[in-house]
Amino acid sequence: MSDVPEAITQVHHEQWARVVAALTRRFGDLDIAEEAAAEAFATAVERWPADGVPPNPGAWLTTTANHKAIDRLRRESKRDDKHKEAQMLSADEPPEPLGVVDDQRLRLIFICCHPALAMETRVALTLRMVGGLTVPEIARAFFVQETAMGQRITRAKAKIKAARIPYRVPSAEDLPARVSGVLAVLFLVFNEGYLTTGSGSDPVRQDLTAEAIRLARLIRALLPQDGEVAGLLALMLLTEARRTARISATGELVSLDEQDRGAWDAALISEGHQLVRERLATGVAPGRYQILAAINAVHTSARDVRDTDWSQIVALYDQLVRIDPSPIVAMNRAIAVAELDGPEVALAAVDRLEGSLAGYHAYHATRADLLRRVGRSEQSRAAYDKAIELTGNTAETAYLARRRDQLG
Amino acid sequence: MQYFVSVIDDRSNSGTPDEMVAIDAFNDRLQADGHWVFAAGLSDPSTATVIDNRGGEPLFTDGPFLESKEFLAGFWIIEAPDLDVALKLAAEGSLHCNRKVEVRPFL
Repeated sequence: MSDVPEAITQVHHEQWARVVAALTRRFGDLDIAEEAAAEAFATAVERWPADGVPPNPGAWLTTTANHKAIDRLRRESKRDDKHKEAQMLSADEPPEPLGVVDDQRLRLIFICCHPALAMETRVALTLRMVGGLTVPEIARAFFVQETAMGQRITRAKAKIKAARIPYRVPSAEDLPARVSGVLAVLFLVFNEGYLTTGSGSDPVRQDLTAEAIRLARLIRALLPQDGEVAGLLALMLLTEARRTARISATGELVSLDEQDRGAWDAALISEGHQLVRERLATGVAPGRYQILAAINAVHTSARDVRDTDWSQIVALYDQLVRIDPSPIVAMNRAIAVAELDGPEVALAAVDRLEGSLAGYHAYHATRADLLRRVGRSEQSRAAYDKAIELTGNTAETAYLARRRDQLG
Repeated sequence: MQYFVSVIDDRSNSGTPDEMVAIDAFNDRLQADGHWVFAAGLSDPSTATVIDNRGGEPLFTDGPFLESKEFLAGFWIIEAPDLDVALKLAAEGSLHCNRKVEVRPFL
Protein backbone atom coordinates (compact mmCIF):
# COMPACT_ATOMS: atom_id res chain seq x y z
CA MET A 1 0.00 0.00 0.00
CA SER A 2 3.07 2.24 0.05
CA ASP A 3 2.27 3.45 -3.46
CA VAL A 4 -1.18 4.76 -2.45
CA PRO A 5 0.00 8.33 -1.77
CA GLU A 6 1.65 8.31 -5.17
CA ALA A 7 -1.54 7.01 -6.76
CA ILE A 8 -3.55 9.76 -5.04
CA THR A 9 -1.13 12.39 -6.34
CA GLN A 10 -1.47 11.01 -9.84
CA VAL A 11 -5.26 10.76 -9.63
CA HIS A 12 -5.36 14.32 -8.32
CA HIS A 13 -3.34 15.46 -11.30
CA GLU A 14 -5.49 13.59 -13.80
CA GLN A 15 -8.92 13.88 -12.25
CA TRP A 16 -9.10 17.16 -10.34
CA ALA A 17 -10.32 19.28 -13.25
CA ARG A 18 -12.68 16.51 -14.36
CA VAL A 19 -14.31 16.31 -10.92
CA VAL A 20 -14.56 20.11 -10.56
CA ALA A 21 -15.96 20.38 -14.08
CA ALA A 22 -18.57 17.67 -13.51
CA LEU A 23 -19.72 19.34 -10.30
CA THR A 24 -19.73 22.81 -11.81
CA ARG A 25 -21.98 21.52 -14.53
CA ARG A 26 -24.29 19.85 -12.09
CA PHE A 27 -24.53 22.57 -9.44
CA GLY A 28 -23.75 25.63 -11.52
CA ASP A 29 -21.51 26.97 -8.77
CA LEU A 30 -17.71 27.04 -8.75
CA ASP A 31 -17.54 27.42 -5.00
CA ILE A 32 -19.58 24.31 -4.28
CA ALA A 33 -17.73 22.39 -6.99
CA GLU A 34 -14.32 23.29 -5.65
CA GLU A 35 -15.11 22.63 -2.00
CA ALA A 36 -16.79 19.32 -2.72
CA ALA A 37 -13.90 18.21 -4.94
CA ALA A 38 -11.41 19.12 -2.21
CA GLU A 39 -13.47 17.20 0.36
CA ALA A 40 -13.66 14.17 -1.92
CA PHE A 41 -9.88 14.11 -2.32
CA ALA A 42 -9.48 14.48 1.45
CA THR A 43 -11.78 11.48 1.90
CA ALA A 44 -9.67 9.53 -0.61
CA VAL A 45 -6.53 10.32 1.40
CA GLU A 46 -8.28 8.93 4.49
CA ARG A 47 -9.83 5.83 2.99
CA TRP A 48 -7.70 4.59 0.12
CA PRO A 49 -4.69 3.52 2.23
CA ALA A 50 -7.00 1.06 4.07
CA ASP A 51 -9.56 0.24 1.35
CA GLY A 52 -7.21 0.34 -1.64
CA VAL A 53 -7.50 2.56 -4.71
CA PRO A 54 -10.92 1.97 -6.33
CA PRO A 55 -10.94 0.50 -9.85
CA ASN A 56 -12.29 3.75 -11.34
CA PRO A 57 -10.86 6.51 -9.14
CA GLY A 58 -12.34 9.31 -11.25
CA ALA A 59 -15.88 7.97 -10.92
CA TRP A 60 -15.37 7.29 -7.19
CA LEU A 61 -14.21 10.87 -6.65
CA THR A 62 -17.03 12.38 -8.72
CA THR A 63 -19.65 10.35 -6.83
CA THR A 64 -18.12 11.19 -3.47
CA ALA A 65 -17.86 14.88 -4.37
CA ASN A 66 -21.50 14.85 -5.51
CA HIS A 67 -22.58 13.51 -2.14
CA LYS A 68 -20.49 16.12 -0.35
CA ALA A 69 -22.05 18.87 -2.43
CA ILE A 70 -25.59 17.60 -1.83
CA ASP A 71 -24.88 17.35 1.91
CA ARG A 72 -23.69 20.93 1.89
CA LEU A 73 -26.72 22.19 -0.03
CA ARG A 74 -29.00 20.23 2.31
CA ARG A 75 -27.39 21.88 5.33
CA GLU A 76 -27.69 25.27 3.71
CA SER A 77 -31.26 24.78 2.57
CA LYS A 78 -32.30 23.95 6.14
CA ARG A 79 -30.77 27.23 7.28
CA ASP A 80 -31.65 29.22 4.24
CA ASP A 81 -34.39 29.34 1.69
CA LYS A 82 -36.34 26.87 -0.36
CA HIS A 83 -34.77 27.73 -3.67
CA LYS A 84 -31.55 26.02 -2.60
CA GLU A 85 -33.61 22.90 -2.15
CA ALA A 86 -34.77 23.12 -5.74
CA GLN A 87 -31.14 23.22 -6.78
CA MET A 88 -30.49 20.18 -4.66
CA LEU A 89 -33.33 18.25 -6.26
CA SER A 90 -32.06 18.91 -9.75
CA ALA A 91 -28.72 17.57 -8.52
CA ASP A 92 -30.21 14.11 -8.20
CA GLU A 93 -30.10 13.53 -11.94
CA PRO A 94 -27.50 10.93 -12.87
CA PRO A 95 -24.18 12.50 -13.88
CA GLU A 96 -23.44 12.72 -17.58
CA PRO A 97 -21.14 10.02 -18.85
CA LEU A 98 -17.63 11.35 -19.34
CA GLY A 99 -16.69 10.97 -22.98
CA VAL A 100 -13.28 10.66 -24.56
CA VAL A 101 -13.37 14.31 -25.53
CA ASP A 102 -14.25 15.77 -22.19
CA ASP A 103 -15.37 19.27 -23.05
CA GLN A 104 -16.44 19.95 -19.47
CA ARG A 105 -12.83 20.67 -18.62
CA LEU A 106 -12.59 22.97 -21.60
CA ARG A 107 -15.67 24.82 -20.38
CA LEU A 108 -13.97 25.16 -17.02
CA ILE A 109 -10.92 26.70 -18.69
CA PHE A 110 -13.10 29.18 -20.54
CA ILE A 111 -14.99 30.18 -17.41
CA CYS A 112 -11.67 30.76 -15.60
CA CYS A 113 -10.22 32.71 -18.54
CA HIS A 114 -13.28 34.88 -19.11
CA PRO A 115 -12.40 38.33 -20.49
CA ALA A 116 -14.48 39.99 -17.75
CA LEU A 117 -11.83 38.87 -15.24
CA ALA A 118 -8.47 40.59 -14.83
CA MET A 119 -5.60 38.72 -16.47
CA GLU A 120 -3.88 37.93 -13.15
CA THR A 121 -7.18 36.63 -11.77
CA ARG A 122 -7.63 34.41 -14.81
CA VAL A 123 -4.21 32.88 -14.22
CA ALA A 124 -4.89 32.29 -10.53
CA LEU A 125 -8.35 30.86 -11.08
CA THR A 126 -7.15 28.56 -13.88
CA LEU A 127 -4.42 27.19 -11.64
CA ARG A 128 -6.89 26.61 -8.81
CA MET A 129 -9.95 25.26 -10.61
CA VAL A 130 -8.35 23.52 -13.59
CA GLY A 131 -4.82 22.85 -12.35
CA GLY A 132 -5.83 21.88 -8.83
CA LEU A 133 -3.05 23.93 -7.24
CA THR A 134 -3.78 25.05 -3.70
CA VAL A 135 -4.14 28.72 -2.85
CA PRO A 136 -0.80 28.77 -0.94
CA GLU A 137 0.92 27.21 -3.96
CA ILE A 138 -0.50 29.82 -6.32
CA ALA A 139 0.36 32.61 -3.89
CA ARG A 140 3.94 31.33 -3.74
CA ALA A 141 4.19 31.08 -7.51
CA PHE A 142 3.18 34.70 -7.97
CA PHE A 143 4.77 36.08 -4.82
CA VAL A 144 1.70 37.54 -3.24
CA GLN A 145 0.31 37.01 0.22
CA GLU A 146 -1.77 33.91 0.66
CA THR A 147 -4.70 35.92 2.00
CA ALA A 148 -4.54 38.30 -0.96
CA MET A 149 -4.52 35.39 -3.39
CA GLY A 150 -7.38 33.73 -1.52
CA GLN A 151 -9.41 36.93 -1.71
CA ARG A 152 -8.68 37.35 -5.39
CA ILE A 153 -9.96 33.85 -6.13
CA THR A 154 -12.98 34.29 -3.86
CA ARG A 155 -13.88 37.59 -5.52
CA ALA A 156 -13.55 36.03 -8.96
CA LYS A 157 -15.86 33.18 -8.03
CA ALA A 158 -18.35 35.67 -6.59
CA LYS A 159 -18.27 37.71 -9.80
CA ILE A 160 -18.76 34.60 -11.93
CA LYS A 161 -21.82 33.73 -9.88
CA ALA A 162 -23.34 37.20 -9.47
CA ALA A 163 -22.75 38.39 -13.02
CA ARG A 164 -23.65 34.95 -14.34
CA ILE A 165 -20.58 34.25 -16.40
CA PRO A 166 -21.73 31.23 -18.38
CA TYR A 167 -20.20 27.81 -17.97
CA ARG A 168 -19.71 26.96 -21.62
CA VAL A 169 -17.29 26.92 -24.49
CA PRO A 170 -17.88 30.17 -26.39
CA SER A 171 -19.82 30.03 -29.62
CA ALA A 172 -17.90 29.51 -32.86
CA GLU A 173 -17.83 33.22 -33.69
CA ASP A 174 -16.44 34.19 -30.26
CA LEU A 175 -14.07 31.26 -29.97
CA PRO A 176 -10.98 32.66 -31.75
CA ALA A 177 -11.02 35.81 -29.62
CA ARG A 178 -11.56 33.85 -26.42
CA VAL A 179 -8.96 31.17 -27.18
CA SER A 180 -6.29 33.82 -27.49
CA GLY A 181 -7.01 34.88 -23.89
CA VAL A 182 -6.73 31.28 -22.72
CA LEU A 183 -3.42 30.87 -24.55
CA ALA A 184 -2.11 34.08 -22.99
CA VAL A 185 -2.96 32.67 -19.54
CA LEU A 186 -1.22 29.39 -20.29
CA PHE A 187 1.85 31.20 -21.63
CA LEU A 188 2.03 33.30 -18.44
CA VAL A 189 1.75 30.19 -16.28
CA PHE A 190 4.47 28.51 -18.33
CA ASN A 191 6.83 31.47 -18.25
CA GLU A 192 6.40 31.89 -14.52
CA GLY A 193 7.48 28.26 -14.17
CA TYR A 194 10.33 28.58 -16.64
CA LEU A 195 11.92 31.69 -15.19
CA THR A 196 10.45 31.96 -11.72
CA THR A 197 10.59 35.50 -10.39
CA GLY A 198 11.49 36.46 -6.86
CA SER A 199 14.60 35.59 -4.94
CA GLY A 200 14.83 32.68 -2.56
CA SER A 201 12.69 30.41 -4.70
CA ASP A 202 13.53 27.59 -7.05
CA PRO A 203 14.69 29.13 -10.33
CA VAL A 204 12.43 26.74 -12.22
CA ARG A 205 8.96 25.59 -11.21
CA GLN A 206 8.46 22.40 -13.13
CA ASP A 207 4.98 21.98 -11.67
CA LEU A 208 3.90 25.17 -13.41
CA THR A 209 5.52 24.38 -16.77
CA ALA A 210 4.05 20.87 -16.66
CA GLU A 211 0.61 22.20 -15.81
CA ALA A 212 0.69 24.72 -18.66
CA ILE A 213 1.73 22.00 -21.10
CA ARG A 214 -0.96 19.66 -19.83
CA LEU A 215 -3.65 22.32 -20.31
CA ALA A 216 -2.30 23.23 -23.75
CA ARG A 217 -2.47 19.55 -24.75
CA LEU A 218 -6.05 19.46 -23.55
CA ILE A 219 -7.00 22.46 -25.67
CA ARG A 220 -5.07 21.05 -28.59
CA ALA A 221 -7.03 17.79 -28.37
CA LEU A 222 -10.27 19.75 -28.50
CA LEU A 223 -9.27 22.36 -31.09
CA PRO A 224 -6.87 20.44 -33.33
CA GLN A 225 -7.32 22.86 -36.23
CA ASP A 226 -6.30 25.97 -34.29
CA GLY A 227 -2.83 27.00 -35.45
CA GLU A 228 -1.98 29.14 -32.46
CA VAL A 229 -2.95 26.38 -30.01
CA ALA A 230 -0.56 24.05 -31.87
CA GLY A 231 2.03 26.83 -31.97
CA LEU A 232 1.88 27.50 -28.25
CA LEU A 233 2.07 23.80 -27.43
CA ALA A 234 5.08 23.40 -29.74
CA LEU A 235 6.73 26.47 -28.23
CA MET A 236 6.27 25.12 -24.71
CA LEU A 237 7.52 21.64 -25.63
CA LEU A 238 10.64 22.98 -27.36
CA THR A 239 11.34 25.25 -24.41
CA GLU A 240 10.63 22.57 -21.81
CA ALA A 241 12.92 20.17 -23.70
CA ARG A 242 15.89 22.35 -22.71
CA ARG A 243 14.89 22.77 -19.08
CA THR A 244 17.35 20.38 -17.45
CA ALA A 245 20.27 21.75 -19.52
CA ARG A 246 19.36 25.30 -18.59
CA ILE A 247 20.41 25.22 -14.93
CA SER A 248 23.90 24.05 -13.92
CA ALA A 249 24.68 21.75 -10.98
CA THR A 250 25.54 24.87 -8.97
CA GLY A 251 22.18 26.48 -9.73
CA GLU A 252 23.39 28.88 -12.38
CA LEU A 253 21.53 29.70 -15.57
CA VAL A 254 23.25 28.19 -18.62
CA SER A 255 22.79 30.27 -21.75
CA LEU A 256 21.58 28.61 -24.94
CA ASP A 257 25.02 28.62 -26.59
CA GLU A 258 26.63 26.95 -23.56
CA GLN A 259 24.02 24.26 -22.96
CA ASP A 260 24.84 20.57 -23.22
CA ARG A 261 22.65 19.75 -26.18
CA GLY A 262 22.91 16.05 -25.40
CA ALA A 263 20.88 16.74 -22.27
CA TRP A 264 17.93 18.12 -24.22
CA ASP A 265 14.80 15.96 -24.18
CA ALA A 266 14.75 14.36 -27.63
CA ALA A 267 11.15 13.16 -27.36
CA LEU A 268 9.80 16.64 -26.55
CA ILE A 269 11.90 18.16 -29.34
CA SER A 270 10.65 15.65 -31.84
CA GLU A 271 7.04 16.27 -30.83
CA GLY A 272 7.57 20.04 -31.04
CA HIS A 273 9.20 19.80 -34.46
CA GLN A 274 6.35 17.62 -35.66
CA LEU A 275 3.82 20.28 -34.64
CA VAL A 276 5.83 23.05 -36.32
CA ARG A 277 6.10 21.03 -39.55
CA GLU A 278 2.39 20.31 -39.41
CA ARG A 279 1.61 24.02 -39.18
CA LEU A 280 4.03 24.89 -41.99
CA ALA A 281 2.34 22.30 -44.21
CA THR A 282 -1.04 24.03 -43.83
CA GLY A 283 0.34 27.09 -45.60
CA VAL A 284 -1.80 29.29 -43.33
CA ALA A 285 -0.07 32.50 -42.22
CA PRO A 286 1.34 31.80 -38.75
CA GLY A 287 0.53 33.82 -35.63
CA ARG A 288 2.82 34.85 -32.82
CA TYR A 289 3.10 31.50 -31.05
CA GLN A 290 3.68 29.60 -34.27
CA ILE A 291 6.52 31.94 -35.25
CA LEU A 292 8.07 31.66 -31.78
CA ALA A 293 7.76 27.88 -32.03
CA ALA A 294 9.45 27.95 -35.44
CA ILE A 295 12.32 30.02 -34.01
CA ASN A 296 12.73 27.45 -31.25
CA ALA A 297 12.56 24.67 -33.82
CA VAL A 298 15.52 26.22 -35.66
CA HIS A 299 17.50 26.47 -32.40
CA THR A 300 16.74 22.89 -31.42
CA SER A 301 17.57 21.57 -34.90
CA ALA A 302 21.23 22.50 -34.48
CA ARG A 303 23.20 19.79 -32.73
CA ASP A 304 25.93 22.37 -32.15
CA VAL A 305 25.40 26.09 -31.56
CA ARG A 306 27.79 26.80 -34.49
CA ASP A 307 25.36 25.04 -36.83
CA THR A 308 22.48 27.38 -35.92
CA ASP A 309 20.81 28.83 -38.98
CA TRP A 310 20.83 32.47 -37.83
CA SER A 311 19.60 33.89 -41.11
CA GLN A 312 16.46 31.81 -40.78
CA ILE A 313 16.02 32.95 -37.20
CA VAL A 314 16.37 36.60 -38.20
CA ALA A 315 13.88 36.03 -41.06
CA LEU A 316 11.40 34.56 -38.56
CA TYR A 317 11.89 37.54 -36.25
CA ASP A 318 11.23 39.84 -39.22
CA GLN A 319 7.94 38.02 -39.64
CA LEU A 320 7.20 38.38 -35.94
CA VAL A 321 8.00 42.11 -35.94
CA ARG A 322 5.33 42.58 -38.61
CA ILE A 323 2.58 41.14 -36.41
CA ASP A 324 4.02 42.21 -33.04
CA PRO A 325 6.17 45.35 -33.32
CA SER A 326 6.85 45.44 -29.57
CA PRO A 327 10.24 46.49 -28.17
CA ILE A 328 10.79 43.03 -26.64
CA VAL A 329 10.44 41.39 -30.05
CA ALA A 330 12.79 44.01 -31.50
CA MET A 331 15.32 43.20 -28.77
CA ASN A 332 15.16 39.46 -29.38
CA ARG A 333 15.56 40.08 -33.09
CA ALA A 334 18.69 42.13 -32.33
CA ILE A 335 20.17 39.19 -30.39
CA ALA A 336 19.87 37.06 -33.52
CA VAL A 337 21.21 39.91 -35.66
CA ALA A 338 24.34 39.95 -33.49
CA GLU A 339 25.13 36.44 -34.70
CA LEU A 340 24.51 37.33 -38.32
CA ASP A 341 25.80 40.92 -38.71
CA GLY A 342 27.96 41.29 -35.60
CA PRO A 343 27.48 42.78 -32.12
CA GLU A 344 27.96 46.44 -33.20
CA VAL A 345 24.89 46.37 -35.45
CA ALA A 346 22.88 44.61 -32.73
CA LEU A 347 24.04 47.05 -30.06
CA ALA A 348 22.90 50.02 -32.12
CA ALA A 349 19.46 48.40 -32.48
CA VAL A 350 19.25 47.54 -28.77
CA ASP A 351 20.32 51.05 -27.67
CA ARG A 352 17.35 52.48 -29.54
CA LEU A 353 15.02 50.52 -27.22
CA GLU A 354 16.21 52.08 -23.99
CA GLY A 355 13.21 54.35 -23.65
CA SER A 356 10.75 51.45 -23.43
CA LEU A 357 12.86 48.68 -21.89
CA ALA A 358 14.99 50.46 -19.27
CA GLY A 359 13.13 48.64 -16.46
CA TYR A 360 13.46 45.18 -18.01
CA HIS A 361 16.30 43.01 -16.72
CA ALA A 362 16.76 41.16 -20.03
CA TYR A 363 17.38 44.45 -21.82
CA HIS A 364 20.35 45.20 -19.58
CA ALA A 365 21.61 41.60 -19.74
CA THR A 366 21.48 41.74 -23.55
CA ARG A 367 23.27 45.07 -23.64
CA ALA A 368 25.89 43.83 -21.18
CA ASP A 369 26.66 40.87 -23.41
CA LEU A 370 26.87 42.98 -26.58
CA LEU A 371 29.03 45.63 -24.87
CA ARG A 372 31.35 42.85 -23.67
CA ARG A 373 31.65 41.51 -27.20
CA VAL A 374 32.60 44.90 -28.64
CA GLY A 375 35.17 45.38 -25.86
CA ARG A 376 33.43 48.15 -23.90
CA SER A 377 34.09 46.49 -20.53
CA GLU A 378 33.26 49.36 -18.21
CA GLN A 379 29.86 49.94 -19.76
CA SER A 380 29.30 46.20 -19.89
CA ARG A 381 29.98 45.93 -16.15
CA ALA A 382 27.46 48.69 -15.41
CA ALA A 383 24.85 46.96 -17.59
CA TYR A 384 25.43 43.62 -15.77
CA ASP A 385 24.98 45.42 -12.46
CA LYS A 386 21.72 46.91 -13.65
CA ALA A 387 20.48 43.53 -14.92
CA ILE A 388 21.36 41.86 -11.60
CA GLU A 389 19.52 44.57 -9.75
CA LEU A 390 16.37 44.01 -11.82
CA THR A 391 16.20 40.23 -12.13
CA GLY A 392 14.36 38.22 -9.48
CA ASN A 393 15.61 34.82 -10.62
CA THR A 394 18.33 33.25 -8.51
CA ALA A 395 19.90 31.24 -11.37
CA GLU A 396 19.99 34.28 -13.60
CA THR A 397 21.63 36.38 -10.88
CA ALA A 398 24.38 33.75 -10.51
CA TYR A 399 24.95 33.67 -14.26
CA LEU A 400 25.07 37.45 -14.65
CA ALA A 401 27.42 37.88 -11.69
CA ARG A 402 29.86 35.34 -13.13
CA ARG A 403 29.83 36.99 -16.55
CA ARG A 404 30.38 40.38 -14.96
CA ASP A 405 33.29 39.12 -12.86
CA GLN A 406 34.94 37.61 -15.94
CA LEU A 407 35.23 41.05 -17.54
CA GLY A 408 38.80 42.22 -17.94
CA MET B 1 -31.41 38.10 -15.32
CA GLN B 2 -31.18 41.89 -15.48
CA TYR B 3 -28.08 43.99 -16.00
CA PHE B 4 -27.52 47.68 -15.40
CA VAL B 5 -25.53 49.25 -18.21
CA SER B 6 -24.35 52.70 -17.19
CA VAL B 7 -23.20 55.21 -19.73
CA ILE B 8 -20.13 57.09 -18.60
CA ASP B 9 -19.55 60.62 -19.86
CA ASP B 10 -17.93 63.85 -18.76
CA ARG B 11 -20.78 65.99 -20.06
CA SER B 12 -24.53 65.62 -19.73
CA ASN B 13 -27.00 65.60 -22.63
CA SER B 14 -24.03 65.68 -24.98
CA GLY B 15 -25.33 63.29 -27.63
CA THR B 16 -25.06 64.46 -31.23
CA PRO B 17 -28.04 64.04 -33.59
CA ASP B 18 -26.25 61.11 -35.29
CA GLU B 19 -25.68 59.44 -31.94
CA MET B 20 -29.33 59.92 -31.00
CA VAL B 21 -30.42 58.21 -34.22
CA ALA B 22 -28.04 55.31 -33.57
CA ILE B 23 -29.24 54.97 -29.97
CA ASP B 24 -32.91 54.97 -31.05
CA ALA B 25 -32.23 52.25 -33.61
CA PHE B 26 -30.35 50.21 -30.99
CA ASN B 27 -33.22 50.65 -28.51
CA ASP B 28 -35.71 49.44 -31.12
CA ARG B 29 -33.60 46.32 -31.60
CA LEU B 30 -33.36 45.71 -27.86
CA GLN B 31 -37.16 45.85 -27.72
CA ALA B 32 -37.63 43.60 -30.74
CA ASP B 33 -35.21 40.99 -29.32
CA GLY B 34 -36.73 41.01 -25.84
CA HIS B 35 -33.73 42.54 -24.06
CA TRP B 36 -35.34 45.88 -23.31
CA VAL B 37 -36.39 46.77 -19.78
CA PHE B 38 -35.78 50.50 -19.46
CA ALA B 39 -33.35 53.19 -20.52
CA ALA B 40 -32.91 56.87 -19.83
CA GLY B 41 -30.52 59.75 -19.84
CA LEU B 42 -29.83 61.70 -16.65
CA SER B 43 -29.49 65.41 -16.04
CA ASP B 44 -26.14 66.84 -15.07
CA PRO B 45 -24.78 65.84 -11.62
CA SER B 46 -24.91 69.52 -10.64
CA THR B 47 -28.70 69.15 -10.56
CA ALA B 48 -28.51 66.34 -8.00
CA THR B 49 -29.47 66.56 -4.33
CA VAL B 50 -28.24 64.13 -1.70
CA ILE B 51 -30.66 63.36 1.12
CA ASP B 52 -29.73 61.82 4.46
CA ASN B 53 -32.74 61.03 6.62
CA ARG B 54 -31.01 58.49 8.84
CA GLY B 55 -31.03 60.91 11.77
CA GLY B 56 -34.79 61.52 11.66
CA GLU B 57 -34.40 65.02 10.28
CA PRO B 58 -33.83 64.94 6.49
CA LEU B 59 -30.61 66.65 5.56
CA PHE B 60 -30.45 67.97 2.00
CA THR B 61 -27.11 68.56 0.33
CA ASP B 62 -26.80 70.30 -3.01
CA GLY B 63 -24.78 68.35 -5.59
CA PRO B 64 -23.94 64.67 -6.29
CA PHE B 65 -22.73 62.23 -3.63
CA LEU B 66 -19.49 61.80 -5.57
CA GLU B 67 -17.70 64.59 -7.37
CA SER B 68 -15.87 63.23 -10.38
CA LYS B 69 -14.88 64.25 -13.85
CA GLU B 70 -16.69 61.29 -15.38
CA PHE B 71 -20.13 60.33 -14.15
CA LEU B 72 -23.27 58.37 -14.87
CA ALA B 73 -24.92 60.20 -17.77
CA GLY B 74 -27.54 57.58 -18.62
CA PHE B 75 -28.29 53.90 -18.43
CA TRP B 76 -29.94 50.86 -19.88
CA ILE B 77 -31.53 48.09 -17.90
CA ILE B 78 -31.38 45.02 -20.07
CA GLU B 79 -32.63 41.48 -19.77
CA ALA B 80 -30.03 38.86 -20.75
CA PRO B 81 -29.59 35.17 -19.91
CA ASP B 82 -25.92 35.55 -18.93
CA LEU B 83 -22.95 37.91 -18.84
CA ASP B 84 -21.74 37.00 -22.32
CA VAL B 85 -25.01 38.19 -23.84
CA ALA B 86 -25.03 41.27 -21.60
CA LEU B 87 -21.46 42.13 -22.58
CA LYS B 88 -22.26 41.77 -26.25
CA LEU B 89 -25.27 44.08 -25.93
CA ALA B 90 -23.29 46.55 -23.84
CA ALA B 91 -20.51 46.57 -26.42
CA GLU B 92 -23.07 47.43 -29.09
CA GLY B 93 -24.53 50.06 -26.79
CA SER B 94 -21.10 51.63 -26.34
CA LEU B 95 -20.61 51.70 -30.09
CA HIS B 96 -24.03 53.25 -30.80
CA CYS B 97 -23.97 55.91 -28.09
CA ASN B 98 -20.25 56.50 -28.62
CA ARG B 99 -19.50 56.45 -24.89
CA LYS B 100 -17.82 54.15 -22.37
CA VAL B 101 -20.29 51.89 -20.57
CA GLU B 102 -20.16 49.75 -17.42
CA VAL B 103 -22.10 46.53 -16.90
CA ARG B 104 -23.29 45.40 -13.48
CA PRO B 105 -25.63 42.56 -12.66
CA PHE B 106 -28.65 43.20 -10.45
CA LEU B 107 -28.63 41.29 -7.17
